[in-house]
Amino acid sequence: MTTTRRDFLTTAMSAAGVAATGDLVQEQDSHHELHQVVPSDPALRVKALESLLVEKGLLDRAALDALVDAYENKIGPRNGARVVARVWVDPAYKARLLADANDAMADFGFISRQGDRMVVVENTPTVHNLIVCTLCSCYPWPVLGLPPVWYKSAAYRSRAVIDPRGVLREFGLHLGDDVEVRVWDSTAELRYLVLPERPGGTEGMSEDELAELVTRDSMVGVAKVQPPSKVSS
Amino acid sequence: MNGIHDMGGMQDMGPIDYERNEPVFHAAWESRVFAMVLATFAWHKWNLDAFRHTREVLPPEDYLRLSYYEQWFSGLRDLLVRRGLVTASEIENGVPTASVGKATPPLTADQISPVVLSTRIHAQRDLPASPRFKLGQQVRARNLNPVGHTRLPRYARGKLGAIHRNYGVFVFPDTNAHFLGEKPQHVYSVRFAARELWGEQAAPQDSVYLDMWDDYLEPA
Repeated sequence: MTTTRRDFLTTAMSAAGVAATGDLVQEQDSHHELHQVVPSDPALRVKALESLLVEKGLLDRAALDALVDAYENKIGPRNGARVVARVWVDPAYKARLLADANDAMADFGFISRQGDRMVVVENTPTVHNLIVCTLCSCYPWPVLGLPPVWYKSAAYRSRAVIDPRGVLREFGLHLGDDVEVRVWDSTAELRYLVLPERPGGTEGMSEDELAELVTRDSMVGVAKVQPPSKVSS
Repeated sequence: MNGIHDMGGMQDMGPIDYERNEPVFHAAWESRVFAMVLATFAWHKWNLDAFRHTREVLPPEDYLRLSYYEQWFSGLRDLLVRRGLVTASEIENGVPTASVGKATPPLTADQISPVVLSTRIHAQRDLPASPRFKLGQQVRARNLNPVGHTRLPRYARGKLGAIHRNYGVFVFPDTNAHFLGEKPQHVYSVRFAARELWGEQAAPQDSVYLDMWDDYLEPA
């Protein structure tokens, strides 16, 4: 992290001031805070806020622990990989997934049929899909977990729409003129997942073995799934 | 608002910094900020659009400099105070005002599971609104420049596209972010040819799909 602690304090305060424009009392309060000696480390400041919210009964600390545990240990790209692997072995499942992703993903028990809308876009030898959120950081949490820092970065968000082929080259993926690139900018509450192509040399592999090959990056569209020989090397 | 967050199509933002075997969180405090933001949504004092807007109103130089979870922390503090859950002096002093009774948290650990978390956003509405556009129809993204929250990126404004898919009725972020009502309306996937957006430098076969509300579009 390049931000200095003083920078963070100052900007957090000024953000509170901006938001409270028109409310003189709040402006004065946040102004006052600027000149106050407070714990300067983000960790201390976050801890102080958590303690305050727990003490006021606004938050249950065990719920926070459960949320962190869910996203650190239960919800991640392994979920998406299982969906992709099933598509590769079951054409009927693929048809269901492309028609109604929530309904098909609900088979695995990590997503609700009535849940936030998921959309799956399919890569083929002539179509390559890429997911981005230029305005913030929208990402298919239920199947990929929380987004990596690069996905949320200015570099990726700015360039993915204007120069997707350049972005893909930076990830080591060189696409020819015979391929159509489709970029999906997640501007609404639809969450996109790329269905990558099944690599050659995987004939006879089981669904579980196939799931092991599927990477997060391939489901965002910045990589292809590599054949098993390349994975092990 | 035409802010720094609306960065689609900007150039010279540097190389993409890829971290191998990246952890979900880079520090314990990041995970606590993340969890606090999710848990406080359960009070229904604000919505996802309002939370997004707290990041957008950061001064541009701060938006670029602050880390992601620093932005979240700033936005959480902002909403807690603005929506009356916490006073600025409570944040300043780190202790509750004595006169305020203790509340009961609406979200407890036993309510949290992956399947429940997959219905986190709640933006789709089962309402019989009629769509203004039909599949395949040529549309133009309106040239709107609102000073508040919007999900219509600058790079698409005024551009020609075609309706690819109708996703149904969703809450309208431009009003919802400011607590001015949900104004539910149809959202479409709209296909824009890359050359319509970026000119001759783009590959002729490439395209960008954006999700757009009825109010962002006009017939072409």
